[in-house]
Amino acid sequence: MGNTSSMLTQYDIEEVQQHCNNAFSQQEIVSLYERFCQLDRNGGGFVSGEEFLSVPEFAVNPLSQRLLRMLDGLNFKEFVAFLSAFSPRATVQQKIEFIFKVYDSDGNGKVTFNDMLDVLHDLTGQFISEQQREQVLTKVLEEAGYNKESLLIMSDFVKILGSSGLKMEVEVPVD
Amino acid sequence: MSSGKGGELIPSSSELDLDRPNIEDYLPSGSSIHEPLGKLRLCDLLDISPTLTEAAGAIVDDSFTQCFKSNPPEPWNWNVYLFPLWCCGVVIRYLILFPVRVIVLTVGWIIFLSCFIPVHLLLKGHDKLQKNMERALVELICSFFVASWTGVINYHGPRPSMRPKQVFVANHTSMIDFIILEQMSSFAVIMQKHPGWVGLLQSTILESVGCIWFNRTEAKDRETVTKKLREHSQGVDNNPLLIFPEGTCVNNQYSVMFKKGAFELGCTICPIAIKYNKIFVDAFWNSRKQSFTMHLLQLMTSWAVVCDVWYLEPQNLRPDETPIEFAERVRDIISVRAGLKKVPWDGYLKYSRPSPKHREQKQQSFAESVLRRLEEN
Repeated sequence: MGNTSSMLTQYDIEEVQQHCNNAFSQQEIVSLYERFCQLDRNGGGFVSGEEFLSVPEFAVNPLSQRLLRMLDGLNFKEFVAFLSAFSPRATVQQKIEFIFKVYDSDGNGKVTFNDMLDVLHDLTGQFISEQQREQVLTKVLEEAGYNKESLLIMSDFVKILGSSGLKMEVEVPVD
Repeated sequence: MSSGKGGELIPSSSELDLDRPNIEDYLPSGSSIHEPLGKLRLCDLLDISPTLTEAAGAIVDDSFTQCFKSNPPEPWNWNVYLFPLWCCGVVIRYLILFPVRVIVLTVGWIIFLSCFIPVHLLLKGHDKLQKNMERALVELICSFFVASWTGVINYHGPRPSMRPKQVFVANHTSMIDFIILEQMSSFAVIMQKHPGWVGLLQSTILESVGCIWFNRTEAKDRETVTKKLREHSQGVDNNPLLIFPEGTCVNNQYSVMFKKGAFELGCTICPIAIKYNKIFVDAFWNSRKQSFTMHLLQLMTSWAVVCDVWYLEPQNLRPDETPIEFAERVRDIISVRAGLKKVPWDGYLKYSRPSPKHREQKQQSFAESVLRRLEEN
């Protein structure tokens, strides 16, 4: 394991850095690579869903299944790009884009009422009934000027989330 | 699902729940609870950033995986002067020390078997004498093992005494923990049944010192083992029980949560702290990466195994304490002595997923805050 950083050449690091739009410093990319290799136990070049779920802190997260769909089969470059939304250097726009992608599970650029309902279901589990969830969502949608049939696009999300101070950062441990 | 804090336990298939204290005290759960900031708006429902941040944080670094990270020694052979020195070291270790150690170990086994087999077969009638001799012989072979790695072990604290209703617990780094402790005084250890030659040793020789086997993968096994433990601890002439409550090997820098089984037997608990000196060799047995044979070979080709063993003050269950709190208190004592960082995870999560209870608790608190804010109109 002590040799992993030597398997990543300077050229590789720069390529990854470019791919994530300089969201991480070179040292952080080396740390992320060590972490990636640690998670990728069978050495297949990508971290499978099972390997992610072996991290108990991740497995207990309500949105883990949704994130797994986005994470499954990513190679290291894509892994870093995925995490770039959580870098302190990422813009609010990038963070909102990430949140949008989590909601937009079919990737067609539009978030439907059902998409939002699904995420709310993940977050609340069996502690709110399906009916109550629909009621709550409809109510807040209407108060914000939308309705049940609205299809929200990226700019809507920016409008809704842009003003509330969005805090979405993780620190990459660099030894 | 009934909680494990006191009272009758309804045997559930998910034994992981029953062994843990309140994990929510440790996990950063505060961030996923929205502060009650008045009326519920669309941005509050859509803003999943706290939950996402927790998930990303776990992906980037998490305390559980750290517990099982092998720490390879820093390579110091990187320049012209040190490299030949390192090569000499390799030659000495592999071509001189290793064969000598193998010889020592072989001699030890020959002596052991030639004494043990007759004693086992011939002294069948004389129980007490047979037991004492077998114990002495097992201590002997353990000393040979320790010598075969050039083990330098510093024992601190009073040597354990043979008293009934006494159970020893220690932190766990490798199966050699047992050998190191057994060398000083005879214990009956609880171990996972292993395949291969280790399993053979377990079922023949270690049976004679009263060891108890369990099988992690069998669900019903837990009840049988608990019964055996209780019987053994009540017996007068049995070797004292040695239990590794972490349930799995950890890398000697962290300690995972203790299973409460050992702490419910109604016995005095004598904690033992074991700390290996990493400069000489990393004694952590990463069972995911190496077989036990490879691990032993690695030890036999290193310079030495240096470790400290502390026999700590015996503890009893306090009147206002639950077994789980007792277990955590003892874990604290051991972790402080051995310089280990405590993590709030169950070691068995190495082999299975966390119970849905934790996710449900997060969901419940979020759901309640949503409903509460909805009422604030």
